Amino acid sequence: MSTRADQALERQASPWLFASAVATAAPHVSHQAYWLSALSLLLLLWAVRLWWKDERLPGRWLLILLVVAGCAGILIEFRTLFGRDAGVAMLVVFMAMKLLELKSRRDAMVVVVLGYFLLLTHYLYSQSIPTGIWLLFALWLLTTTLIRLHGGPSNTGGASLRYAARLCLQAIPFMLVLYLLFPRISGPLWGLPSDAHAGMTGLSDSMSPGSISRLAQSADIAFRARFIDAPPAKHKLYWRGPVLENFDGTTWRPHTGQGAAAALDRMSPPVRYELTLEAHNQRWILALDAPVSLPEGIFLNAALAATQRQPVTERQRFALAASLDYRFNADEDPQTLQRNLSIPAQANPKTRALALGWRQTGLRPEEIIRKAQDLFAAEFTYTLQPPLLGPNGIDEFLFVTRRGFCEHYAGAFVFLMRAAGIPARVVTGYQGGELNPLDGHLVVRQSDAHAWAEVWLEGRGWLRVDPTASVSPARIETGIVDALAFGEPLPALVQLRADWLRNLRYRWEAVNNAWNQHILGYDPQRQRELLSRLGLPDTDWRSLATLMGIVCGILLAATTAWTLYQRPRIDPALRLWHKALRQLARRQVHCAPWETPMALAQRVREQHPELGEAFQNVVDAYLRVRYGDANDNLTPLRDAVARFEQ
Amino acid sequence: MMLKSKLSALAGPPQPFDQILSEAGQIILGKHTEIRLAVACLLAGGHLLIEDLPGMGKTTLAHALARLLGLQFSRIQFTSDLLPADITGVSIFERDKSEFRFLPGPVFAQLVLADEINRATPKTQSALLEAMEEGQVTAEGQTRPLPQPFFVIATQNPAHQIGTFPLPESQLDRFLMRIELGYPDPSAERALLAAGGQRNRADTLSSRISPTELPAVQQAVAQVHAAPPLIDYVQALVDATRHDPAFQHGLSPRAGLALLSAARAWAWLDGRKMVIPDDVQAVLPAVARHRLRTTQTGGHAQMEDITRLIRSVAIP
Repeated sequence: MSTRADQALERQASPWLFASAVATAAPHVSHQAYWLSALSLLLLLWAVRLWWKDERLPGRWLLILLVVAGCAGILIEFRTLFGRDAGVAMLVVFMAMKLLELKSRRDAMVVVVLGYFLLLTHYLYSQSIPTGIWLLFALWLLTTTLIRLHGGPSNTGGASLRYAARLCLQAIPFMLVLYLLFPRISGPLWGLPSDAHAGMTGLSDSMSPGSISRLAQSADIAFRARFIDAPPAKHKLYWRGPVLENFDGTTWRPHTGQGAAAALDRMSPPVRYELTLEAHNQRWILALDAPVSLPEGIFLNAALAATQRQPVTERQRFALAASLDYRFNADEDPQTLQRNLSIPAQANPKTRALALGWRQTGLRPEEIIRKAQDLFAAEFTYTLQPPLLGPNGIDEFLFVTRRGFCEHYAGAFVFLMRAAGIPARVVTGYQGGELNPLDGHLVVRQSDAHAWAEVWLEGRGWLRVDPTASVSPARIETGIVDALAFGEPLPALVQLRADWLRNLRYRWEAVNNAWNQHILGYDPQRQRELLSRLGLPDTDWRSLATLMGIVCGILLAATTAWTLYQRPRIDPALRLWHKALRQLARRQVHCAPWETPMALAQRVREQHPELGEAFQNVVDAYLRVRYGDANDNLTPLRDAVARFEQ
Repeated sequence: MMLKSKLSALAGPPQPFDQILSEAGQIILGKHTEIRLAVACLLAGGHLLIEDLPGMGKTTLAHALARLLGLQFSRIQFTSDLLPADITGVSIFERDKSEFRFLPGPVFAQLVLADEINRATPKTQSALLEAMEEGQVTAEGQTRPLPQPFFVIATQNPAHQIGTFPLPESQLDRFLMRIELGYPDPSAERALLAAGGQRNRADTLSSRISPTELPAVQQAVAQVHAAPPLIDYVQALVDATRHDPAFQHGLSPRAGLALLSAARAWAWLDGRKMVIPDDVQAVLPAVARHRLRTTQTGGHAQMEDITRLIRSVAIP
């Protein structure tokens, strides 16, 4: 199959296509299988080599073989050709293959259009600021390539880049209108239901030794909070996650049945705050202890944990309030108390014996709690790397290893309490957080994950006891960084001790937070708020679409008017001349842009002798007005054109 | 190429040049365009390079033009052993007066025909080219002005012939135009064969214009009107050569000026007081071809390259 010369791709366009392909596909390297990236890179290098050496492109059969092999690889990797990951992988590989087929301008157009489409797919994975900047850059490059493809030889690279930049800038008003007015759907705009939410970090709904210390090694942000009232002291910041009541000897799990509604007596004024929760794919909301006012759709369960019906699969924002001092379920139902006293029958005999000893000496519950706390305070070490524990884990921990992270202390403490006849349970969640001084948001990371205990005392209800506070008071007072010895495997980001680095991190997180809050967090509700502030209350999607159409129309009209205004004032003589040319075009005589009026007149005389003289008069008059010396009299030309038109 | 204007109302007074052109046309048969270009070149105050094979009538054309314009004429036959002093002149010692006397060389004439300029060594070539550029000759420490007007018509054989020194780029640029005469068409050639040698006939021509009138004509040519759209057109053409990958480099601003003044002269010969795009297109090949080199062959631009160039630029 040969390509017609006017359709052939200019050699100098290829580097632009290669660059565009790299720019649009490159960010996918971070999350797709390595062999896919390697294959795409290999295909690209092959295409570059062929171009560089000016060699023949591979034949059709080889290409078909490549396509089949690529599809087979994707099928084996993903077990499907559809869905987000497989679909994107296919697009990336095909884009690289298309580079081996760059024969005509049409092939290049396919690459460019594919590139524009690939740009969108990045938002399925990341909507961060660097992604946005990179994609803007790729958009610019793609548009430049498109201009180059249609530019011709006199069009230099620099001019194309400038032109593309101008086009992109001109698109900004339209982008803003679409962003602000496009009817929003609640739910993730870019998320996909099936495979989009795998691999998120966060608290799980069970706790066993090591589960929280593993989580604490991640610097990912769990949530942010902005206090509307004065922020409470750090040691009061207990963010409650799942409450774990059932213990099987190694793992703590929540109780699944429904209990009576929590009865809460507030003993301090509520502290209002706004919580922006990162997606963690679980149903609970990490509310500050104890939550007193909840937005619609959020429920408190019997153990005072706030949950919603759907898992949090995207960043969500809640307006909440908490009462920091409270009395909770002073009249607990006996079933619950019974449940919170049960321990596995055989395991951990030494611990049992210790607790039984305390109980038999006739100590009051408060004294037993104090004894346990004193025990922890004496010779225990707080560490992210505790030794592994066997079947009688709590015995081993309390009497042999004495090294553990918060889940060890909370678990052992609750076990001790239950063995001593005091109802107790484990609460998991986050403790503390870091206040970013730049935007006033409290940032809570996975490294702030924590587990503590709650005991029930007659007349006082459930009381929070944090055994970790006895082992390492610094953990609660200042944070995990100061609580752990140097050299513990905490993420470097959390450990930053240099001031300027920490400042840089604050700044970056504040910018990210603003981006999340204001750009990505623009949801249907905010859209409604904005529109009602603009005097358009109660808009549904129909009126939004109409409004969008109107605004885009106005923008378009304004741009057109501006362009027309900017266009150099067209010479009236030229306008009359064009009128005569249109008349000629109707008789199938077309004037090439480079053809002189005299040459055209000659041609008219040859092709249409009957028009020859009339047109010659037009040409004479036109030349005199347009090229003559200060001759502004248009009448002869107007007359000549009028006569010619008859 | 001959697009004789029908702008009757603009026709100037009866042109002595119509007669000059037609009489020259009777000597060099069938070469109206080339003669017209040559005359336009002289009217624009530029020097002319005629390149062609031997025997195509180069010298005859130069001779005829000199006669018709009534210019004092001298001819220098360039050879490989020609020395600069053979052109500019020498001082000789006169024993009876006991002093040196300068004997002006053949360059001291109003119209100098430098025949087969590329057969001389570069040193000799540059002696002439300096005179062309500066309008004066410096010999033995003394500067002597050349007569006014001063034209050089140089002829050269195609460079690939044996024993030639091709003119370098910078010196080619000093010629406003370079034209090729080419073979005559069959009818012209038959007439030529029937009439016998033409060079002798050139000697019988008498001048149609006095040398004193020529500066006035040149001034009139320089005042032919070039409207802003036309200036735009010339600029666009020059600019297009700079971005066209077919050429090694673009035209210089001096070439742009040359193009415009040549177009003015062409318009004036047509009896017009304004330049139109046709004038620019008509003189463009003669003005631009020797100033452009193609990237593909490295040689001078061909007619096709210029046609392509014209077709790539829209007329404003």
